[in-house]
Amino acid sequence: MRKGLHIADSWNRVMAILVRYFYLMMSSWPRFIELAYWPTVQMVLWGLINRYLSVQTNGMAQAMGLLIAAALLWDVLFRAQLGVTLVFFEEMYSRNLGNLFVSPLRPYEYALALLTVSFLRTAFGVGVASGLAILFYQYSIFDMGLPLLAFFTNLLVMGWAIGLLVVALVLRFGLGMEGLAWAIIFAFAPLSGIYYPVSVLPEWIRPISLALPSSHVFEGMRAIVNDHVFLTDHFFAAVWLNLAYLAIGLVVYLYTFKIARKRGLLLQMGE
Amino acid sequence: MNPPAIKVHQLCKRYKQVLAVDHISFEVPTGETYALLGGNGAGKTTTLSMLLGLLLPTAGNIHVLGIDMVKDRFQALPRMNFTSPYVDLPHRLTVRQNLDVYARLYGIPRRNERIEHLAEHFDLTSLLKRHYGTLSAGQRTRVSLAKSLLNEPEVLLMDEPTASLDPSTADQVRSYLKEYQQRTGATVLLASHNMQEVERLCSEVLMMKQGKIVDRGSPDLLVKKYGRETLEEVFIDIARDTGL
Repeated sequence: MRKGLHIADSWNRVMAILVRYFYLMMSSWPRFIELAYWPTVQMVLWGLINRYLSVQTNGMAQAMGLLIAAALLWDVLFRAQLGVTLVFFEEMYSRNLGNLFVSPLRPYEYALALLTVSFLRTAFGVGVASGLAILFYQYSIFDMGLPLLAFFTNLLVMGWAIGLLVVALVLRFGLGMEGLAWAIIFAFAPLSGIYYPVSVLPEWIRPISLALPSSHVFEGMRAIVNDHVFLTDHFFAAVWLNLAYLAIGLVVYLYTFKIARKRGLLLQMGE
Repeated sequence: MNPPAIKVHQLCKRYKQVLAVDHISFEVPTGETYALLGGNGAGKTTTLSMLLGLLLPTAGNIHVLGIDMVKDRFQALPRMNFTSPYVDLPHRLTVRQNLDVYARLYGIPRRNERIEHLAEHFDLTSLLKRHYGTLSAGQRTRVSLAKSLLNEPEVLLMDEPTASLDPSTADQVRSYLKEYQQRTGATVLLASHNMQEVERLCSEVLMMKQGKIVDRGSPDLLVKKYGRETLEEVFIDIARDTGL
């Protein structure tokens, strides 16, 4: 009974942060548009490139949709990471952290709220872009079926892990680290084999690439689109790697809260 | 005397070479209002932050409502609250939305009723639909005070509670705080530079300087002890080392 009450209280606090974010989105249409803007731009751009290449090169016609699918899935990773960090930045911009963390809100509840908002933002942003891909290019990423869910979840979790690490860095070093929130994910792009197989990479880089869950997702995606085969080895590699990444992200995030309490950072944070 | 709601023993906070709080000890009995007084950098805000669990002490113990704030702060936090001009609320949310979010965080039943009650007392009813970011400094202070009373805290920590308020509003707020404390038996610890406020609200004053409590006593007692007319003169004596 007591444990049940604790869980209910805990869930109510997570909901409070979700409601806070819902209020913010309802009061700010630019923030709302931004959710779908970038995934849509990416999808349109890669769709046009794909169309051009399929006219120029016979082989590309077979890979119809590959670039669009890659662009959309890449955006899942990018959106998931931004979804965590931008929501945290909102609290920093408004100097609200001090109030939040003298309330009964636990850091892990706040993390859970950040991850939930990230999921909702990503699903909405990439969902809109995916719908428009059907409209513009008659390409439906949903034709992948259940494997799409596996790819989406794996990229979402990797985005969460990176997002939590960025939050930890910003909490520790301040808003000077804000630029990192936007830039960090691009360091993973060339290694993830988004638009090309990992085998294209120089041999010595491949182990690094295969240590990223995203590389396994994009390898799996190409197998589905090209050969209609779901590669379970890549799927499970992504799952195990993601579990490790998320655990590291959470541990660093929680540890940084302790450092912030030691150094008085929660009251100093602001613009 | 009531058992202490706040008990601090040999509390110390060091930032590298700076000793912000230097082994202070004090107790605030349940139902009393105490003040931390001191100039800028005396250690008042640092002390309040440690009492709230926002800042970990370098050494010493803090117990609020009998709970160790270093180890078990989440047991005490639902029964406490805090207001300060140094923290803010989300600017894009309306006053009602901000109060609603905090009412949810504190698990307040009948949220709307509570928000409307506080809005009435802090003259916020006409501002409930306004975005917090569009409010004046004084209006924000009132919202922050309303937020700090949402959960009817047993222990209320206040940093400059009436900063930015005009004299009339400040007077209303002090009256409400006094009434609230008498009605609920809450314990209040406030840090302030407003001597009139301290004299009106507080039964005991802890004078801080360079991280230490250099004197303590009731406002009347301190005025007598320093041979002065007002608490403000005592404050200046202590700040400038011209007293006793």
